[in-house]
Amino acid sequence: MDPSISIKNLKLSFGAVEVLHDLNLDIGKGEFLVLLGSSGCGKSTLLNCIAGLLDVTDGQVHIGGKNVTWEEPSKRGIGMVFQSYALYPQMTVEGNLAFGLKNAKIPKAEIKERIARAAKTLQMEPLLKRKPAALSGGQRQRVAIGRALVRDVEVFLFDEPLSNLDAKLRADLRVEIKQLHQTLGNTMIYVTHDQIEAMTLADRIAIMRGGSILQLDSPKEIYNRPATKYVAEFIGSPTMNFLDGRVEGGAAPRFVSDVASFDLKGYEFATASPEPCDAWFGIRPEHIITGPEAGNAPVKLNGQVELVEPLGSDTLTRVSAAGQRLWVRMDGQADITPGQTLPLGLNPALANIFHKTTEARL
Amino acid sequence: MSDPASLSATVAGADAMAPALSGPRGPKPRRRFSRRNVFIYGTLIVVALYYLLPLYVMIVTSLKGMPEIRLGNIFAPPVEITFQPWVKAWAEACTGLNCDGLSRGFWNSVRITVPSVILSIAIASVNGYALANWRFKGADMFFTILIFGAFIPYQVMLYPLVILLREMGIYGTLTGLVLVHSIFGMPILTLLFRNYFTSLPEELFKAARVDGAGFWQIYLQIMLPMSLPIFVVAMILQVTGIWNDFLFGVVYTKPDLYPMTVQLNNIVNSVQGVKEYNVNMAATLLTGLVPLVIYFVSGKLFVRGIAAGAVKG
Amino acid sequence: MAATRPIRLFRNLTAKIAAIPMILTALVVFVGGTAWTVTYSFTSSKLLPRTKFVGLDQYERLWATPRWLVSIENLLIYGVCMMVLSLVLGFLLAALLDQKIRYENTFRTILLYPFALSFIVTGLVWQWLLNPDFGIQSVIHRLGWESFDFNPLYNADIVIFGVLIAGLWQGSGLVMCLMLAGLRGIDQEIWKASRVDGIPAWKTYIFIIIPMMRPVFITTLVIIASGIVRLYDLIVAQTGGGPGIASDVPAKYVYDYMFQGQNLGQGFAASTMMLLAVLVVVIPWAYLEFGGKKRV
Repeated sequence: MDPSISIKNLKLSFGAVEVLHDLNLDIGKGEFLVLLGSSGCGKSTLLNCIAGLLDVTDGQVHIGGKNVTWEEPSKRGIGMVFQSYALYPQMTVEGNLAFGLKNAKIPKAEIKERIARAAKTLQMEPLLKRKPAALSGGQRQRVAIGRALVRDVEVFLFDEPLSNLDAKLRADLRVEIKQLHQTLGNTMIYVTHDQIEAMTLADRIAIMRGGSILQLDSPKEIYNRPATKYVAEFIGSPTMNFLDGRVEGGAAPRFVSDVASFDLKGYEFATASPEPCDAWFGIRPEHIITGPEAGNAPVKLNGQVELVEPLGSDTLTRVSAAGQRLWVRMDGQADITPGQTLPLGLNPALANIFHKTTEARL
Repeated sequence: MSDPASLSATVAGADAMAPALSGPRGPKPRRRFSRRNVFIYGTLIVVALYYLLPLYVMIVTSLKGMPEIRLGNIFAPPVEITFQPWVKAWAEACTGLNCDGLSRGFWNSVRITVPSVILSIAIASVNGYALANWRFKGADMFFTILIFGAFIPYQVMLYPLVILLREMGIYGTLTGLVLVHSIFGMPILTLLFRNYFTSLPEELFKAARVDGAGFWQIYLQIMLPMSLPIFVVAMILQVTGIWNDFLFGVVYTKPDLYPMTVQLNNIVNSVQGVKEYNVNMAATLLTGLVPLVIYFVSGKLFVRGIAAGAVKG
Repeated sequence: MAATRPIRLFRNLTAKIAAIPMILTALVVFVGGTAWTVTYSFTSSKLLPRTKFVGLDQYERLWATPRWLVSIENLLIYGVCMMVLSLVLGFLLAALLDQKIRYENTFRTILLYPFALSFIVTGLVWQWLLNPDFGIQSVIHRLGWESFDFNPLYNADIVIFGVLIAGLWQGSGLVMCLMLAGLRGIDQEIWKASRVDGIPAWKTYIFIIIPMMRPVFITTLVIIASGIVRLYDLIVAQTGGGPGIASDVPAKYVYDYMFQGQNLGQGFAASTMMLLAVLVVVIPWAYLEFGGKKRV
């Protein structure tokens, strides 16, 4: 399948500072790609390069099979939605949607039809005659999406579109965007720093840091097999637990630490037989087994309950085992009190082990 | 692509593919002398010349002798540079009453500006602090009157102030003029300080009050040390404003106390004697020198000052 | 619970004491002074203010005085031209400086430096530049264009435009600065959105940016207008009101009648008219800007 967007050896420097390092990325037709990272990782910069709002220093951008590296943004076949909505405040919603089209000399009848279609898709027909100031944040962002929609383009770019909204609206609009993608089937690139948005929306997530892509994979893969310790820490809340220890190599590799030492049976190593090295043993809070089943787990240990956070659906418990702290996700109905001893079970097959110095997954 | 090994493999693969890139790549080529650039820089340079012209003419004229001025054109650089006009403007030029040049006006202006700046900033900063943090009943009303006062033409208040100063026995003295400057500087400065103090975190003020600090203690020990930049902005605003004042100087002082601007105007526009344009321009430059130096030295802060002073509210 | 309620007047007492200079200035000088002048504009005060009320006599005389009418006409011409030209010039320059150009700081420094100079200095420089025997006109004559005639300082019909050139030179840098601050205050994503929409820059300015900057324009207009009403020093330095009374303005009229013509009543009446003119501008603006909502 031909990629819808393809980025080849893209570099961007501001003066002497290189902010994007030789990026390569292919995005399939109809794919929903999320660029995820903390602020300053270059995700918005990359999006601006794709949109043509920033001149790249080297490399190429292809959209829809065409090399658009030197094209103006309006000629690239993209629509874009911004964090601050960027609606034209003096125009009505209808005016906002029509302004770009009028300028492109599209016949009046067609403009009208496209606006009607977009308004129907986004359920904002009653808003058309209003000005942006009279709309709520969520409505404004829907208008901004509508402005991208009427351009009748193959590719949508979203630059942190939900960051200015409160939590409830954010969740609602997230669902709408997902629904929109399922209905329209366009290619979408979506920039966010919110891991929930990334996990829920994406077909694939590209996790960025310092101008490079650390890992590009499906949400599931990224969650289950993070490529580096940074990725492992970035995804998941509460964050993954790390036990400080050592991997002893050989045909039957073992993890050795103060807390427990055990065989790594069932763990899929990246290389067939790992070299012995200092390592982190990472395990997600929900993968720590408690209760009666703990006794059947491949690895058993005891923890002292320090703190209990009941969330209703789950209960988060902080336990300490041989001086190392672990967060455990338990059933919401669990009856736990600080001070009690809790038998815990670990399954190495669900864990991720990272090299102590390179932080890459073993 | 599920682990770093295969990810790095794709990156390596892409590297190997790099030479195969064809067609446009990298930044869009731009011509240095595109029509757009020529228009922008061309316009700016022409405008900049219009703005610089008077300064250039002032300098050039002040360095020429009178015969050269009568013969040549005002844009020509001096053939023979002479500093005589500057000396004369500073020490010998006549204002009708006396002939000791602008130096008298310069020192008068210093004696007016320094206390006026200190007094007006002291009053206005305390006002702004009281308005921002110690709001009392009626404070807003007085503040609104004050801001409206900034728009009232000075002419309306000139004469009542003459009477007021006369009653206080300081009409025609430097003290009187200092008071006038402090009064008319108050609206803008108070606004400046009020807005600044309002922008400081209120928790800071509350924490200090909980710790038992009083009005002056909080002002001196917490607000002042945090507000140096705004004091500098206020100083720039006031020094240039008071130095450049003409109207108050002429109304509220006597001839031997006239500030530099008034004296300059009397020298240049005096109808007696032969016009010495070179001396006039040297005198004009001398008078403009203080605000110009402040402007060029303070740069961004000056811009901040006029923006803050100008955008009322 | 049983503690006596503190007396209201003494709450925040130190703050109130500290605000005394402000209260005195507001009440005595601004309110009191204005009321005093307005009151005495209805008297027949000559050399000294006195309380012989003559109704609207002073105003009738004022509007029958040719010199006052010339002053008003000059102020109107100067005012309208100054507002329009400095807004247009200031905005254009700000838009040019906003194009991510090199040497932006240098250009801005050059455009703004006249604003640091006093009106006296401004007036005297331009008096010299417009001097018919040595200034720009004579230079152009020497270049061979003998019929070139631009001698505003000695031509009563156009003298006010000579003043206007100097006023623009001094004040348009400020307008440029305010406009530039306004342009910089516009969300950069608006520009991005208009680029994605394919709207040319000039259209973006006219249809999107300028409408968004309406508050900046209004505030700037009020600032320019309140400066125009005060126009005095520049006239004194550049033309002395001449030739004859051709470049007279209200502020000068007031000063001359109060402090030289020994006709205080006329001065008071004229300054009250100035106040009225300012109120006509400021009150609608204040109403638009702060009306309804309380100032915070």
